[in-house]
Amino acid sequence: MTEPILSVRNLQVEFASRRGTLRAIDGVSFDIAKGEVLGVVGESGAGKSVTGLAVIGLIDPPGRIAGGEIRLAGLRIDNLPPEELRRIRGKRIGMIFQDPLTSLNPLYRVGDQLIETIKTHLNLSETAARRRAIDLLAEVGIPAPEKRIDGYPHEFSGGMRQRVVIALAICAEPELIIADEPTTALDVSVQAQIISLIKRLGRDHGTAVMLVTHDMGVIAEASDRVAVMYAGRVAEIGPVQDVVRNPLHPYAKGLMGAIPTLAGDDKRLVQIPGSMPRLSAIPRGCSFNPRCAFAFDRCRVERPEPLPRGTQSVACHLYDNVPAESAA
Amino acid sequence: MLAFTLRRAVQAIGVMFAVGIIAFSMFRFAGDPINQIVSLDTPAAERAAVRKSLGLDDPVPVQFVRYFADAAQFKFGVSYQFRQPVSTLLMERMPATLELAICATVFAMVSGILMGVYSALRRDTVLAKLFQAVSLIGISLPTFLIGILLIYLFAVTLGWLPSFGRGEVVKLGWWTTGLLTLSGLKALIMPSITLGLFQMTLIMRLVRAEMLEVLRTDYIRFARARGLTTRAIHFGHALKNTLIPVITVAGLQFGSVIAFSIITETVFQWPGMGLLFVQAVQNVDIPIMAAYLLMVSLIFVTINLVVDILYTVVDPRLRATVGRAT
Repeated sequence: MTEPILSVRNLQVEFASRRGTLRAIDGVSFDIAKGEVLGVVGESGAGKSVTGLAVIGLIDPPGRIAGGEIRLAGLRIDNLPPEELRRIRGKRIGMIFQDPLTSLNPLYRVGDQLIETIKTHLNLSETAARRRAIDLLAEVGIPAPEKRIDGYPHEFSGGMRQRVVIALAICAEPELIIADEPTTALDVSVQAQIISLIKRLGRDHGTAVMLVTHDMGVIAEASDRVAVMYAGRVAEIGPVQDVVRNPLHPYAKGLMGAIPTLAGDDKRLVQIPGSMPRLSAIPRGCSFNPRCAFAFDRCRVERPEPLPRGTQSVACHLYDNVPAESAA
Repeated sequence: MLAFTLRRAVQAIGVMFAVGIIAFSMFRFAGDPINQIVSLDTPAAERAAVRKSLGLDDPVPVQFVRYFADAAQFKFGVSYQFRQPVSTLLMERMPATLELAICATVFAMVSGILMGVYSALRRDTVLAKLFQAVSLIGISLPTFLIGILLIYLFAVTLGWLPSFGRGEVVKLGWWTTGLLTLSGLKALIMPSITLGLFQMTLIMRLVRAEMLEVLRTDYIRFARARGLTTRAIHFGHALKNTLIPVITVAGLQFGSVIAFSIITETVFQWPGMGLLFVQAVQNVDIPIMAAYLLMVSLIFVTINLVVDILYTVVDPRLRATVGRAT
């Protein structure tokens, strides 16, 4: 097996607060292969965005990476000095944020922001950088790029601005793109365009994509594999077809059951009772156990570790065939 | 853009007209100016002659139109006290005040922005905390007290700097400048600091608050995610966004710097318009007071206009809305 572009092992992210340390990410592991799109889903606060920020090294104090490792094509990046990490950001890892309306500096022309980023990472002259900026705008589907390059962000629509943001994220041909809810702030018709753009870029350049979203539709449409996160942990990870059709983890089952179908059957949508625990009050054992219909004694005391199950991997005691009596 | 500038200019003229009415009404409400000019035992016939020569026997609207027409040409009548045209007196004094105000503003902007940026980027350092403490003093101490303390320290105790006046000045046409001689420069230091200190602390606090605000925005986070250098992010992206409100405040404050230079000029016996005004108030020299009022409001209105135009230069979004609105 070839080495994955991104490999995250047992990642832990903590936030120091007045009431003690909160662990936002607790032992997350996953890989993304070249050209693969990994969807990361979960409720708000499940740790999806924090995982993305940790990978690109933008966890700000009081937050910090407390443990685990992050490797980019084999190179360990979670403990790099800030200056070396900066050189990787934008060059080898591109990031797309949720709100295109606020992601661009309003006082600079779109072209200036592109050229600045290009010249930071690639050794190009002003004219060559401008040439490349125009090509990038054309690639992300902005019409008349040689004119639009001199426009200011406020002269672009939301969808067009997200295209500019994508152009900025890919301008040094990164190996990995982290897209943090790239479509949430856009209206539905534009969402589809942006998703197919991200998919196309991944395919054409062999870029690995980490697609963070809470929209199952986007995941089903765009990703190859999906990781379901709950309370700072990965509950289940696997190929998107398998996880959507045959979810194993009770939480993933609930999540899939909550997707409305167009089939027309009048079944009520399944609801997961309760809500995700706050970081300061994560229950002992499996963090999902208070909401889980299948929870048994072991779930309340022992934290489940990820278990391979066919193509999927699931962190749930239901699939552990060897009951561990001594766990308590 | 042109239409916007023109509309603003018309508004400015409206404001000046209103100020003109107020300035003119001072003549009517501050008692009979003839009493100020002539001595107590002047015969009535002579008083009438003076009254006629000054045009004070014409109907009020006629006097107002005449006053306004003259004021528009910078003719403000003759000072009761000095028996010289007010415009000549003001012109003589203006360079002193403007030089002081400009030096004070430059001092306030440069040190205010530097200190503000520093205390925003290095929030937890001792120096940043010291700046915060000093700014509190600067904002709460009255100007005259700062001036007197400076005089006590640097002029009386240490004897480094002159305690009053402009020092030697050089004439450049009608403009007199103290910037070209050593004694002139030395004389400028303390008044500039006194006058600019309040502005400096204001700008520093504003820059710090704005900078912290801007550093939290999404586009700064995105700029970091793009791997731009810290310097490019702080001084290219963040500072430019910080400067928009700073331009407004500093610009508008320039007006008050000139207006409030009265106190500083009095403390340092600085021969500028403010000192002239204070003397005029003591002697009920209404033409000077009215002319000073008009001059200061003209400066205020002009600065407002310039700030509005500068705004659109810095912020492209305003250019667009302005363009659409017209």
